[in-house]
Amino acid sequence: MKRKLVVIGNGMAGARLVEEILLRGGGERFEIVMFGDEPYGNYNRILLSNVLAGAHDPKDIFINPLKWYEDNHVKLHAGVRVASVDRAARLVHGDNGVVETYDDLVFAMGSSAFVPRMAGTEKDGVFVFRTLDDCDSIIKYTAGRKTAAVIGGGLLGLEAARGLMERGLQVHVVHLMNHLMEMQLDRMAGAILRSTMVRMGLQIHLEKATSEILGNGSVTGLRFQDGGILDCDMVVISAGIRPNTQLAKEAGLTVARGIVVGDDLASPDDPNVFAIGECSEHDGKTYGLVAPLWDQARVLAERLSARRPQATYHGSKVATKLKVMGVDLAVMGDRESSEPDDEEVTYAEAKRGVYKKVIVRDGRIVGAILLGDPAAAPGLVQAFDRGAEVPDNRAELLFQLDAGAANTTRIEDLPDDTQICNCNGVSKGDILGAVRNGVRSLKVLCDTTRAGMGCGTCKKQVECLLEFAAGDSKVEDPSVHYYVPGVPMTKPDLVEEIRARGLKSVSSVFRELASGKEDPASKPGLASLLKTLWAEEYVDERDARFINDRVHANIQRDATFSVIPRIYGGVTSAEQLRAIADAADKYDAKMVKITGGQRIDLLGIKKEDLPNVWRDLGMPSGHAYSKAFRTCKTCVGSEFCRYGVGHSTELGIKIEERFQGIESPHKMKLATAGCPRNCSEATTKDIGAVAIEGGLWEIYVGGAAGARVRKGDLLCTVSSHDEVLHYTGRFMQYYRENGKYLERTYDFLERVGIEKVRAVVVDDAEGIGERLDAAMAASVAAYVDPWKETPHETQFSEALEPRGELVQLRTARAVGER
Amino acid sequence: MTTWNLGPVDRIALGEGRAYRAGEHEVAVFRTRTGGVFATQARCPHKQGPLADGIVGAHQVICPLHAYTFDLHTGCPKNGTCEALRTYEVEVNSAGDVLLHV
Ligand SMILES: Cc1cc2nc3c(=O)[nH]c(=O)nc-3n(C[C@H](O)[C@H](O)[C@H](O)COP(=O)(O)OP(=O)(O)OC[C@H]3O[C@@H](n4cnc5c(N)ncnc54)[C@H](O)[C@@H]3O)c2cc1C
Ligand code: SF4
Ligand code: FES
Repeated sequence: MKRKLVVIGNGMAGARLVEEILLRGGGERFEIVMFGDEPYGNYNRILLSNVLAGAHDPKDIFINPLKWYEDNHVKLHAGVRVASVDRAARLVHGDNGVVETYDDLVFAMGSSAFVPRMAGTEKDGVFVFRTLDDCDSIIKYTAGRKTAAVIGGGLLGLEAARGLMERGLQVHVVHLMNHLMEMQLDRMAGAILRSTMVRMGLQIHLEKATSEILGNGSVTGLRFQDGGILDCDMVVISAGIRPNTQLAKEAGLTVARGIVVGDDLASPDDPNVFAIGECSEHDGKTYGLVAPLWDQARVLAERLSARRPQATYHGSKVATKLKVMGVDLAVMGDRESSEPDDEEVTYAEAKRGVYKKVIVRDGRIVGAILLGDPAAAPGLVQAFDRGAEVPDNRAELLFQLDAGAANTTRIEDLPDDTQICNCNGVSKGDILGAVRNGVRSLKVLCDTTRAGMGCGTCKKQVECLLEFAAGDSKVEDPSVHYYVPGVPMTKPDLVEEIRARGLKSVSSVFRELASGKEDPASKPGLASLLKTLWAEEYVDERDARFINDRVHANIQRDATFSVIPRIYGGVTSAEQLRAIADAADKYDAKMVKITGGQRIDLLGIKKEDLPNVWRDLGMPSGHAYSKAFRTCKTCVGSEFCRYGVGHSTELGIKIEERFQGIESPHKMKLATAGCPRNCSEATTKDIGAVAIEGGLWEIYVGGAAGARVRKGDLLCTVSSHDEVLHYTGRFMQYYRENGKYLERTYDFLERVGIEKVRAVVVDDAEGIGERLDAAMAASVAAYVDPWKETPHETQFSEALEPRGELVQLRTARAVGER
Repeated sequence: MTTWNLGPVDRIALGEGRAYRAGEHEVAVFRTRTGGVFATQARCPHKQGPLADGIVGAHQVICPLHAYTFDLHTGCPKNGTCEALRTYEVEVNSAGDVLLHV
């Protein structure tokens, strides 16, 4: 029997814990039940500030939507508050009447916003800032309002102020203490931050205690204890947080500031009850940031999943990189020196908003504040984390005078103009700029900067930079798991829906599965998938095709096109060569080139000439443009070569004849070689067949010699051309159905694994072999030479001429109907 | 301001764009699946890509050369650091002809 684990709280700590447990195979060990009083899956609370500021859409901050819980067999009582816990009976009571038993119980209830005592907090227009719903109410209320007051000048208060400011309000920050962010900053840093904030347009009122929120029903202003009055249309209270401990207290657990736990993260009162996150207190400390709770979630997951039942938590060293209203801030350890021998190194430049302070004890950093200068942060954080000895010349700490020491060309330390993406010329500065503007996921980062969108080899570095710049606030974009970004579904789910609903056109997919919202970038991927699934029944919508597939030629940098006629297996004739040469002359090809796939490319053809070029050539389209099977490169093999043991040319021609025009997630380049000398480089192709002694053929899959070099994996060894064709087709179909859009076979293979592929394709372990073969056969049968297709009448016009000029003077919007 | 009659709207395939030469103006006109008609400068500000050959959807166009994406309402780029497109006013009259105001 599985043990039953109940987690109270579905926030950053609770959800993370469950993820970590599942990751460690805990799904086998536990039946998992969660309670969350917010009616959603789990979202990234850190990004609420961005939602408030309008930089993120609420739906972009979800980490696990409700479906995730379903998929992972986690029972979530969403929108159900736990009312009480009965430890004697091991029962958890929800406020809607549900009751769950448990073997192990975890409190992960976070904190609540603290509202100081003052009159009038019940009025309309008074908010706290903690949850998505808070955020939503605040946003709704801003409509038509002009001024807002934020009570509390801590990190969250300032973030709220930023959000309100971005929404066009005049914002006042009212703070009880004599400097901003007194929890993280010393006075000097607080003062510098204040002048930076004032320059940005905030009004800041220090040492002001609010006694009353004014207004008749809804907010009109604030009254301070000193008698002063501030007019405002709304108020956000952000005066600190209080761990949610009531429930634990009532259940008889020891509670100080938070729910007390030991190094095992269990309550001293009950070995089967744990607490993590903001509601817990370990070693006298409570934490209000995500990094520590991630440490806790990991440790507890190790224990509960029994991977490392003895794992212990020893507190977290908190070094945080934050952005306060867009200003960089890094704080770690102590804020002020406390021992007589502590050494403080400071540097201040108020005008530029820069302040740096490091506290050194026994030659090691025990605390630091870095405001307005992110460059020194990574080095300092690292030195702090590792407890590294600081250099004698302390200035090096603050200014990185010496690039040596721990900093061996880490990407963080490269100058901003370093080019990271060589395909699209994106610099480090461009990437950091985008992160500064609120981008938090790799996918969005690549989309906005275009870094990593060429050959993709720089993606890792881009990710590093994102981590460096966004720190803990980095999120994984859920859409990395989608087949195409515009339809929120993984490929298997999408395929299932498409089949179940009989969706045969791209527009019908958007209509039914993406709430009618077209996403242009997703169109070609969907078209390819639909064609794979429906073959002849596919309802073609030309606008879903990339231009190459609309005009069946390859667009070049100057907007001319290149044309490659199909030359099966690379074997041509004098007659074909003559036709090609004539077309080259007649249509003024700028270059005639033998391609890497042994075909002939006519470059620099004008779009309007394309149909004529095809007619004159009288050969089928070589498909050198689409995401489809391209060519099968061949060597001369046993027919001519003195080493050849297999008829590689003949096999190559058969392959090409059979699979011409077959769409797939990405292009497929094939080759056949007549012996293991491998002149046609068949082992570095998507699929390659190599003849070996004894009349046998080795079939390799997932090879590459492009942006990456990878030797293909041996799929199987067979003894005839027919078998090569058979497994080639079956593998292709498997890849077509399961590869992500734009995933080459070599990535697909590494993701799925050759064992799995071999089991399905060769051993038919899933019993789908015949279905795959039939689907491929249907696609083969549905093939039509695209060069014979009837295009839209103006498809090939380079520029259309108008009917004429209507000579008429007009003012904007004067005539016409829409 | 001058108005050009670009001829029947169905010279532009549904969901696609076509380039026009109206006097000295090179314009790309797009016809979205939701019935919108938009006009912008014909060439991408990045490296002169032919925008009429791009992929259109939900009033955006993706340049066929390097995939910069622009909003057809405002001409603003949605990715990359690139100039905005010039946009032009267009309408379809009762005879189904596209009128372009430049
Ligand atoms: C606007 C904002 C910005 C922030 N920015 C940062 C930042 O930049 N960096 C950083 O490190 N940290 C930041 N934080 C702090 C960070 O979000 C928290 O430290 C973190 O969310 C704590 O996780 P948790 O799981 O302990 O609590 P939470 O994430 O608050 O989750 C607790 C959940 O339990 C639910 N719950 C409570 N009681 C019950 C009950 N009785 N029954 C059922 N459910 C219950 C709550 O409703 C909540 O959903 C920010 C917080 C906010 C609000
Ligand atoms: S691979 Fe073998 S058969 Fe083919 S050309 Fe090279 S040496 Fe000859
Ligand atoms: S020319 Fe348009 S994106 Fe490069």
